[in-house]
Amino acid sequence: MRRRILLLHAHPMPHRSRVNRHLVTAAESIAGITIRHLYELYPDYMIDVDAEQKLLLDHDIIVLQHPFFWYSAPALVKEWLDLVLQYGWAYGEGGTALQGKSLLQSVTTGGAAEVYCSAGRNRHTVREFLLPFEQTARLCGMTYLDPFVVHGTGQLQTEADLAPHSQAYCTLLSNLASGIDLPPSP
Amino acid sequence: MSDPGFFQSALVYLTAAVISVPIAKRLGLGSVLGYLAAGVGIGPHVLGLVGGSSSSSEVMHIAESGVVVMLFLIGLELKISALWRMRGTLLGLGGSQMLACGMILGVGAWLWGIELKSALLIGFILALSSTAIVLQTLREKSLHATAGGRHAFATLLFQDIAVIPLLAILPLLASTSASAANDIHSATHLSGAMQGLAICAAIASVVLAGRWLLPFLFSYIANAGLREIFTATALLLVLAIGGLMSLVGLSPALGAFVAGVVLASSPYRHELEGDLEPFKGLLLGLFFISVGASMDLQLILKDPLGITLLLAGFVIIKGSVLAALGKLFNFAPGATPLYTLSMFQGGEFAFVLFSQATTLGILTLDQSARFNAIVALSMALTPLALLAGRNWLKPPTDSDATPHREADAIEHSSPVILAGFGRYGNYVGRLLRSQGFRPVVLETDAEHVELTRRLGFEVHYGDATRLDILHAAGAQHAKLLVIAISDEETIDLLVATARRHFPHLEIVTRATGMDHRLRLIQQGVHHVFHELAGSALDAGTQTLRLLGIPAYPAERAARKFRRWDIESARDLAPIRLQDESAYFAIIRERVANLESLFRSDPTHEGSADAKAWQPPSSPKTPPAQT
Ligand SMILES: Cc1cc2nc3c(=O)[nH]c(=O)nc-3n(C[C@H](O)[C@H](O)[C@H](O)COP(=O)(O)O)c2cc1C
Repeated sequence: MRRRILLLHAHPMPHRSRVNRHLVTAAESIAGITIRHLYELYPDYMIDVDAEQKLLLDHDIIVLQHPFFWYSAPALVKEWLDLVLQYGWAYGEGGTALQGKSLLQSVTTGGAAEVYCSAGRNRHTVREFLLPFEQTARLCGMTYLDPFVVHGTGQLQTEADLAPHSQAYCTLLSNLASGIDLPPSP
Repeated sequence: MSDPGFFQSALVYLTAAVISVPIAKRLGLGSVLGYLAAGVGIGPHVLGLVGGSSSSSEVMHIAESGVVVMLFLIGLELKISALWRMRGTLLGLGGSQMLACGMILGVGAWLWGIELKSALLIGFILALSSTAIVLQTLREKSLHATAGGRHAFATLLFQDIAVIPLLAILPLLASTSASAANDIHSATHLSGAMQGLAICAAIASVVLAGRWLLPFLFSYIANAGLREIFTATALLLVLAIGGLMSLVGLSPALGAFVAGVVLASSPYRHELEGDLEPFKGLLLGLFFISVGASMDLQLILKDPLGITLLLAGFVIIKGSVLAALGKLFNFAPGATPLYTLSMFQGGEFAFVLFSQATTLGILTLDQSARFNAIVALSMALTPLALLAGRNWLKPPTDSDATPHREADAIEHSSPVILAGFGRYGNYVGRLLRSQGFRPVVLETDAEHVELTRRLGFEVHYGDATRLDILHAAGAQHAKLLVIAISDEETIDLLVATARRHFPHLEIVTRATGMDHRLRLIQQGVHHVFHELAGSALDAGTQTLRLLGIPAYPAERAARKFRRWDIESARDLAPIRLQDESAYFAIIRERVANLESLFRSDPTHEGSADAKAWQPPSSPKTPPAQT
């Protein structure tokens, strides 16, 4: 059974983006995927909660794609979570709308892979930094998939540098779409 | 008009009022007492400048229309729903007051030696209080919206209705009914049923005309743009209704009140209020003066003890009954003294009824003169009584503030006045309404008023630059004045008027251009908005997006520009009027500044904001990433 993917892309300055733009362009090739650029839709932060909830209902896999900003997501992603995942709808009493769906976070970091470990400069893994997102998904009854991370974006200058990442991303997305399960994150 | 007598009496009345009313007010006695004193002064017994009760009956007639206009205005402030909510108080309290006061005063008169039937009639006539005196005095002291004031108002309204049966009963009591009845009200010739029918028809026609005909008439007149004709129409309307009502034997004041209630939800309400208010004041003044002039000083001087005893008896009995009613009906604390002290006097209808009773032979001339005298004296006592009792009336203001059943009988005004409901104002109005605020909207374009009303908005026809209209719209209680008028001069005029007369009002205003905006800021208006800035920047934002700038940066650029624009206006305003060349130099500088402010070159030493979301691109990246 094919599963429908909703990709929510959040980048405040898409014209200055290199990595995220490359990734999201590649994702357009996935059949049946729905891509939404949050900063284009809501430059005034006036998120249309009804529209967002309806889209969530219509899809099985939700992808949150964004650059890593101060060990977290750009502000509009937070605003989106705060407004869309309402009590009684996404969680709490009667809040079962997202039950059984999966959340995949796709993150690009300026820092290299080595700095994201307990011995590294940042002292924690990316996965650890994303803990609030993970728990949010869990509370809503969603499966939190192992995040897709591209490290060291400063080093990825050419098309050749970027290509392997977009290939890996596309493979992951099409596997998800055709129902091949990733191992749920540990 | 060529009659010199007219100028003479006008001169006398006006001079008397101009001299005595301000003195009375300064002494804290209120305007009513001033007018009454003026009347006594020019009356036949002191200066003799105007005739006695018989010759001034003409004036009395004109003066009574003051009461009619007043009740019309009171009606205008009461929506039907508010009146309906009052029905309990109106019938219960009003009915009990008439019944109790009438019976007990009647028995008093009987004991005084009057034949029982006539005594009861006198009792009921004396049970009436003076709408004019009570309401004018309470308003002047801002006591009309308190619990006691509202009870008084409901009672007065009931009394105005009770006048009808009293008028009808008079001829039945006449000993020589056949000979005297012809002098009575035309309507009483009709049989009871016919009169009832006529009254219903008259009220129905007032209600129907108020609903369907008058709005049409007003918008027609208003469209003609003739101010004085609008005023004339308003006055004509009130007097015509008064005439119609007395034709069917109803109190003209009551008819005007009904018409007022019907028109309370009309968009022309504020305009009518503004136009009629000065007439009301003057006519009421005339009324009080003629009451003063008709006071029979001779009689009082001839038998001071008798009159004093009669007056004391009347006031004490009526006052005690009123106080007892206050206890019985469980008034809020403080309401009973106010009710008693304001309602104990006799009413203006007593004069009419006593004179008719005399014509009919029910009362002797001497009796009616005495009763007229005590009514007039009790009226004069009212402001004094309220003055004497003011400490007593004061304390429980808090409990008055606690919401009471009929609390909105006298409607509370909105915190926002919106002047202008055209292409600009309707946006402001709709936004406010979407958040549950109901601004009092003032608009001068009659066609616009109708349209907007049909769309379901509460709009009032009225020129907001007029002080009386601002008053009628409740500017003294409002917090904010939003000016959405398109004409620069009108905006300036309104700003000046509002700041002079209602300095507490915070002004939010539209400005027609950069110069206008600077001028308004210079004058100290804090919230000034260029009428085109919003739309122009929206268009600019969209253009940026079509040029390929992503939505969020385009949005931020527009917002930043707007902020820069507002700051520029604030900085430029003080310079604009002083020094033209310095002004243009600063403008040039600021424009240059603007470009650097927005340049997004990371190496540029501009504002930090220009580097928003600049990723660390050089090898010397922030510590976190290396
Ligand atoms: C405001 C801001 C905060 C950032 N914070 C971090 C961070 O905490 N950790 C990190 O590894 N990179 C951080 N970076 C670098 C971005 O993650 C990097 O520029 C981005 O992922 C590149 O993707 P793009 O080419 O799609 O813009 C930050 C960048 C910006 C502008």
